[in-house]
Amino acid sequence: MKLFKTVTVAALGLLALQGQAAGRDYIYAVGSSTVYPFTTTVAEHFGKATEFPTPKVESTGTGGGMKLFCAGVGVQHPDVEDASRRIKKSEFERCRKNGVKDIVEVKIGYDGIVMAYSRKAPHRWNLTRRQIFLALAKQIPDPEHPGKLIANPYRTWRQIDPSLPDVAIKVYGPPPTSGTRDAFAELALEGGCKTFDWIKAIKHEDKKRYKAICHGIREDGAYVEAGENDNLIVQKLEADPNTLGIFGFSYLDQNVDKITGARVDGVEPTFENIAASQYPLSRPLFIYVKKAHVGLIPGIVQFLDEYTSEKAWGDEGYLTDKGLIPMPVEERKKYRKIARELIPLESL
Amino acid sequence: MNKTLETVCSGLARRRRREIRFRWYGRIAIFVSLAFLALLITSIVARGYKAFWQTEIAIDVFLDPEELTPPTPEHLARADLAGLIKRSLRQMFPEVHDRRRKRALYRLVSSAAPYQLRDYVLAHPDRIGQTVRLWVLAGADVDLYKKGYIDPEMPASERRLKDYQIAWLRKLESEGRLVLRFNRWFLLNGDSREPEQAGIQVAFRGSLYMMLVTFALSFPLGIAAAIYLEEFAPRNNVWVDLIEININNLAAVPSIVFGLLGLAVFIGWFGLPRSTPLVGGLTLTLMTLPTVIIASRAALKAVPPSIRYAALGIGASRVQTVFHHVLPLAMPGMLTGAIIGMARALGETAPLLMIGMVAFIVDPPQSLLDPATALPVQIYLWADSPERGFVERTSAAIIVLLLFLGIMNLAAILLRKRLERRW
Repeated sequence: MKLFKTVTVAALGLLALQGQAAGRDYIYAVGSSTVYPFTTTVAEHFGKATEFPTPKVESTGTGGGMKLFCAGVGVQHPDVEDASRRIKKSEFERCRKNGVKDIVEVKIGYDGIVMAYSRKAPHRWNLTRRQIFLALAKQIPDPEHPGKLIANPYRTWRQIDPSLPDVAIKVYGPPPTSGTRDAFAELALEGGCKTFDWIKAIKHEDKKRYKAICHGIREDGAYVEAGENDNLIVQKLEADPNTLGIFGFSYLDQNVDKITGARVDGVEPTFENIAASQYPLSRPLFIYVKKAHVGLIPGIVQFLDEYTSEKAWGDEGYLTDKGLIPMPVEERKKYRKIARELIPLESL
Repeated sequence: MNKTLETVCSGLARRRRREIRFRWYGRIAIFVSLAFLALLITSIVARGYKAFWQTEIAIDVFLDPEELTPPTPEHLARADLAGLIKRSLRQMFPEVHDRRRKRALYRLVSSAAPYQLRDYVLAHPDRIGQTVRLWVLAGADVDLYKKGYIDPEMPASERRLKDYQIAWLRKLESEGRLVLRFNRWFLLNGDSREPEQAGIQVAFRGSLYMMLVTFALSFPLGIAAAIYLEEFAPRNNVWVDLIEININNLAAVPSIVFGLLGLAVFIGWFGLPRSTPLVGGLTLTLMTLPTVIIASRAALKAVPPSIRYAALGIGASRVQTVFHHVLPLAMPGMLTGAIIGMARALGETAPLLMIGMVAFIVDPPQSLLDPATALPVQIYLWADSPERGFVERTSAAIIVLLLFLGIMNLAAILLRKRLERRW
């Protein structure tokens, strides 16, 4: 068996016309598809402006990326993880167990989640989180028997609130594997769910049940999973002006001529409102860097410097053109300091 | 006797009608499939052909000696080339003073413009100190405008370019400074976040290298296995039957499973680097091998037994029979089988997902061990990008993939025609 392995590896080496590269001279990032456009933009600028090669960025989803990132230290493991949520305690511990001790956490900015609709729609949508919850949750509190749950009976928006248009509830959104879906459940559904006091009270008694109520999305056809391809949702919204679609702010930003975002709790999803933390459905984005790889892989320090520079993540930086919502100046200073001095995350 | 004739005659018209009907069913079936194919191809070509053209803007740049000397790559990497481009844009539109509008003005040209200027200066160091007319890539929105995707009739709040930007572009157009040219960048560049700079070089090379690896491994291995199983393996042996069943099953296994296998074996066990064409090619080899074996065996079976008997009859050994007589006759069929198997592998994304080829890679791979993507992966990545300019590039990449496939199939047909022997 050992001979076989040796022979095969030798054959593969010959085939490649050069021995297996002992090191890796480019930075390797993995993770969230939401952060992917931002990290790739920085990677491209970094590759053009410095003598270092352009980093390789893989789009694996936050969870999948964490698995690779936390697998260990060494050239075969990634240096940077893109995350559309904070690292979980379990992931942090997994990292530690595998020898990835010092992780530098850098918040890069915010992303807004929008509920958008076609510009051709006859009505302007103005929703509250409570209405979103009532429209999309799997189970809702029975209006006649407070304190009890029933399967979501609503078919049209008018049934939820007389002020809403009399059209069937049909919302296109991302599938469960998506980070956008998690964030939507957490920000919009849970936000609406919490407005029922008795459900809010459950949170302390039975966390699991609370999560099941507040994060459960109905499966009777009102919520349509449209795959990870957000461009497809834009096309569907255009085809049927009575539907809504859920996706990241950058898609709205790029398609302003076709779609517009619903107001949530009275706030319009604009760049300014998200940056000012007015818009309720926004979430922070992070990158995580392995400190042990600094010095092992050339250019990590310079890459972080590029990422946290004003020309990248500043108010008028090139990342804002890609739809990233910048942090306030104070927060940017804080995270730039962390990135420059490589201050690792102590605990969660 | 008369009665039989009568029965036959009375049924004749019905039978003839049935035959005509059946022929028409067949024709309709072919027509429907052709119609769908035509619809698919026209919609892709209609959406994608414009990506092979790219808007370029002519700007008059003063090659400032203060900034540009000495014209070495090291110095130019630090020089403020973007500043020179901005300066010439301001000179072209001296009426723009407002900060916001200036930013919009700078965005008329692509962020690649300073690098184009750098390349120009490196190629013509003698022109420093002069003002030269330089054609640079236009920004993505300008490109959309020039190609007619932005409707100036729409209300200003609902389109991506403001009225004043459109006025600038009209002025540039009237001066002949805004033209569509053949988009060589699309063929020469790697991936980019800016649609106007994105190209398929990395994906094309990745696919090509993977196909070479796949062909180099799956063809000889597949033929050897097929020859042994068809010509030498004992008949009615339990082990041989078991192997046959397994090969047939493997041909039907979903491709993602091969991706997992490739991840475990080539990356996990052999420690080969992720995202490389070598690992991709090896994984696709695993996937194509069963198809190649099955097709090759069918080709061997199709060789008439009389050829074998004749060869054996005049005293050839079994190996001589196979290699001198059977194999040359079966070769066209084997090649076709191998190329069809590879064509399927060319369009695969699922196994490549597992081995890290769904990635943003800018620098073209120089060897089989450099990171690369593949054409179907690039299509997937662009289809998922928010920037509007990627819509036409997605279709353009599909066109390139279809051409690649077409060339492979054409090669199969030509080889078959050349090698085919009739008896």
